[in-house]
Amino acid sequence: MKARIKITLKNGVLDPQGKAIEHALSSLGFSGVNEVRQGKYIEVDLADGDAANARETVEKMCKDLLANTVIENYDIEIAS
Amino acid sequence: MNDATESTVPFEVTDELIAEHGLKPDEYTRLLEIMGRQPSLTELGIFSVMWSEHCSYKSSRFWLKTLPTSGACVIQGPGENAGIVDLGEGWAAVFKMESHNHPSYIEPYQGAATGVGGIMRDVFTMGARPVANLNALRFGDPSHPKTRHLVSGVVSGIGGYGNCVGVPTVGGEVNFDAGYNNNILVNAMCVGLARTDKIFYSAAKGVGLPVVYVGSKTGRDGIHGATMASAEFDDKSDEKRPTVQVGDPFTEKLLIEACLELMASDAIIAIQDMGAAGLTSSTAEMADKGGVGIELNLDQVPQRETGMTAYEMMLSESQERMLMILRPGSEAAAEAVFRKWDLDFAVIGRTTDTGRMIVTHKGKVEADIPVATLANSAPLYERPWVPHEPAKVILPQWVPPPDAGILPCLKTLMGTPALASRRWVWEQYDHMVMGDTVQRPGGDAAVVRVHGTQKGIAACCDVTPRYVAADPEMGGKQAVVETWRNLTAVGADPLAVTDNLNFGNPERPEIMGQIVGAIKGIGEACRTLDYPVVSGNVSLYNETNGVGIPPTPAIGGVGLIPDVQKMASVDLKREGELLVLIGEEKGWLGQSLYQQHAAGKLEGAPPPVDLAAELKAGRLVRALIRERVCDTVHDCSDGGLLVAVAEMALAGDMGAELFVYEGKLPGHSVWFGEDQGRYVVSVAPAAAEEVLGRARLLELPARIVGRTGGASLTLAVEASLPLSELRMAHDSWLPNYMAGV
Amino acid sequence: MIRSAVIVFPGSNCDRDVKVALEAITGFPARMVWHGESEIPACDLIVLPGGFSYGDYLRCGAMAAHSPIMRDVVAKAKAGTPLLGICNGFQILLETGLLPGALMRNASLRFICRDAFLRCETKDTFFTRCNRVGEVLRMPVAHHDGNYFADEDTLDRLEEDGRVVFRYCDADGAVTEAANPNGSQRNIAGITDSTGRILGLMPHPERLFEPQLGGTDGRRIFESAVVSIAEAMVG
Repeated sequence: MKARIKITLKNGVLDPQGKAIEHALSSLGFSGVNEVRQGKYIEVDLADGDAANARETVEKMCKDLLANTVIENYDIEIAS
Repeated sequence: MNDATESTVPFEVTDELIAEHGLKPDEYTRLLEIMGRQPSLTELGIFSVMWSEHCSYKSSRFWLKTLPTSGACVIQGPGENAGIVDLGEGWAAVFKMESHNHPSYIEPYQGAATGVGGIMRDVFTMGARPVANLNALRFGDPSHPKTRHLVSGVVSGIGGYGNCVGVPTVGGEVNFDAGYNNNILVNAMCVGLARTDKIFYSAAKGVGLPVVYVGSKTGRDGIHGATMASAEFDDKSDEKRPTVQVGDPFTEKLLIEACLELMASDAIIAIQDMGAAGLTSSTAEMADKGGVGIELNLDQVPQRETGMTAYEMMLSESQERMLMILRPGSEAAAEAVFRKWDLDFAVIGRTTDTGRMIVTHKGKVEADIPVATLANSAPLYERPWVPHEPAKVILPQWVPPPDAGILPCLKTLMGTPALASRRWVWEQYDHMVMGDTVQRPGGDAAVVRVHGTQKGIAACCDVTPRYVAADPEMGGKQAVVETWRNLTAVGADPLAVTDNLNFGNPERPEIMGQIVGAIKGIGEACRTLDYPVVSGNVSLYNETNGVGIPPTPAIGGVGLIPDVQKMASVDLKREGELLVLIGEEKGWLGQSLYQQHAAGKLEGAPPPVDLAAELKAGRLVRALIRERVCDTVHDCSDGGLLVAVAEMALAGDMGAELFVYEGKLPGHSVWFGEDQGRYVVSVAPAAAEEVLGRARLLELPARIVGRTGGASLTLAVEASLPLSELRMAHDSWLPNYMAGV
Repeated sequence: MIRSAVIVFPGSNCDRDVKVALEAITGFPARMVWHGESEIPACDLIVLPGGFSYGDYLRCGAMAAHSPIMRDVVAKAKAGTPLLGICNGFQILLETGLLPGALMRNASLRFICRDAFLRCETKDTFFTRCNRVGEVLRMPVAHHDGNYFADEDTLDRLEEDGRVVFRYCDADGAVTEAANPNGSQRNIAGITDSTGRILGLMPHPERLFEPQLGGTDGRRIFESAVVSIAEAMVG
């Protein structure tokens, strides 16, 4: 069972890397970009076959280690 | 008896396959003669990397052998992972410089990062803790569309790796020239510190010893990196993008600590890093030096990817891996050390008395090659070469004086890509970690203390490619003396050098002529200065569509300061001191930055190097520093006397009054001429006469050129140049360029 | 006898530097404690050194904050043992929650290594009692992720409680945007907990503790600790 985790900066937290990407896009000629926010994507392959259990485990992983909840949000998707 | 063919998948050796392996038809014929049969694919791969220019030095070896490699201080010359010099009291400096040019052009961050990682492994392999990194970087013209991206990637790659490992990056050089537009140069140098009784070598002496693999797992990284590094680029190389090696500095840091921890015991008989050509060259070289055979069972190799073939494992250039030969019975203790540091550890073979390298995988023999032949049979070419046409001497008066005056011209020059501050670069490198950096970047040479002592190791790297292009022999000589002067200027005794010879395609006689000339010049200078070459690297085929790079034999110099209390630096320190120029003035403007600026082109012969005069001037300057007559010294190089003084003023944030030149040469040639063998020293007025007198005794010209003080540079009736204005010009070019301003 | 302990994580690289500084200034050997240990021997001061623990992978300090030894570091700190986190050590302190906020990528997006100037904002801490309020100290920074972030409420609370210890400033002590090397909110370079016994800062005091290294401004932090420890011993 795979867990796909998206970690993004909370709204309102300055994202210098996103800003740099935004700047690069506009200098490459992509117009109409309002804002860019970047984040992390993590895949965890779990032995547990139960989706609910898996979600619970990954939730804990996010809180304990994978995300810094001072500045980051996370979003979990469980795929079989 | 060997019978590899029986066990391998049948395949046809086509001309294309041979060419893809970078072998020439006659080289393949030679391979057939050695093997006495058609090689297996794995064997073909093994020979191709061992015979690549990168591993075999087949075009340059003939000439490299002419370099002086021995001397009183030399513990180990070329032929091992790095050279070693004696620092006294049981300490040794272990150092080498190596190129990572092609990978850095293709993927600048990872290419540069893995270059730094590789050179550090060469050093700690020998039992040394890396204590200083330097790098010589050459990029294309700033206006070239790729340059900014390459600078940014290379600089962050060097920083990303060195900073994480925690070895200070203390010096180097960065240059821009259109000649590198399609072939940048990334030459990384590392200096390590070892105890003379704890030096490790790569000879696998002894039969029946375990061959141990430690470090990262093997993946399909950079397969054929070594052959790629020896091939010219064409317009399609952007698309080819061979699997680029990715560096893992965290693992390297663990590997350093684990290796040094194990080295403190007596478990290791021999050790070698797996660099270019990975498992192949490390096993072949270790077995050959030990005079033994070696058996490898690839099933035991820690693998990162599934389904890897013997061919891939033997040629993989995955980073952060080492091969060790252990004393039998010490495996368990050694394994515990590597496990503690979370690193892979696997016994993958044994040494044998058969003299053959036998590689098995999944029960099949994939390669069976006589070790000595494999290690020593690479072709040796004495390639045809043509001597360089001597360039004419340009007289100073042929180059026009600056329109707007000397100081305005200085301000302009100081803001050009050639001379502008490199602060933007070295502030991205941690140059203070390890707590022994006593001279930070920006001076003539960096100085790090031998930890726990008052000794200092000084290091720098230099070459002036425009001089080498104009006269390879003189340019080679100049590169050596410039490092020697830079070490001298901080008060060090220059000990030895490492060289990194970067050139175009050696199969072209005019390029081969550059190589031959440069090596002759380097050899002569090193011999005369008793400054031997103890390690080095050659990077050829740096060309695109038949156009080679400017010849760039980068020299890395290492010196010893017996007591760092008696050291000099470039920054002006006290008001009212006199600036004394030591060394002969000829007003040489041929190939000078001033000529390029004022005449719009570089031409003529480069400034000549007088080795006897260099020796005299160097000895005098070192004596003045050791006797504490002066602690402020700068050598004159790019841009000449006035640029040297300007750099001293900026570094110390103190101005100077420059005295009007009253000799026979045109004034501008005195201020901007690039005559060699010169230093500017700042001394108390009472000591100036002594300095002049001592120079006179040595028949060395010397004169007072200015007085320190104030916040500007002033010269006769010209409007004074405030340092703030000069600093703005000097500091802003690179950050503005990188920001796209 | 002053007993200091330096925690060594895989990837720490200023552990030796801080050991040298501690030993030179306290006059006693500092003990190196491997992150895999479960307990730190009794000590008067714990230092989390700079470096790249776990390669700074995932987030700086995130994985080190979960090392086995951290349980005891947190327990001892909560029981009153003074704790100093330098650079990566500061990042670890934030990840463990011993101090509030987070350290993000520098605003320039580049690693920055140079001398910075710090204004000392309080002397009511274990580590700054030998300083003067408003004193300007020169101290090197060397980091990629030193951009201090906390929400406005947290920042206000830190200020009110006098827990902002150092701010980036210019050579004359003016707290300006130009003097901020990494984009930190309110130019914050170092903060303390409510007891003044846990200090986290991005600059490296151990890199300027002797004249040969170019200055001695970094000594004060360690000297303050020595005075504080000695005073506690006398009672």
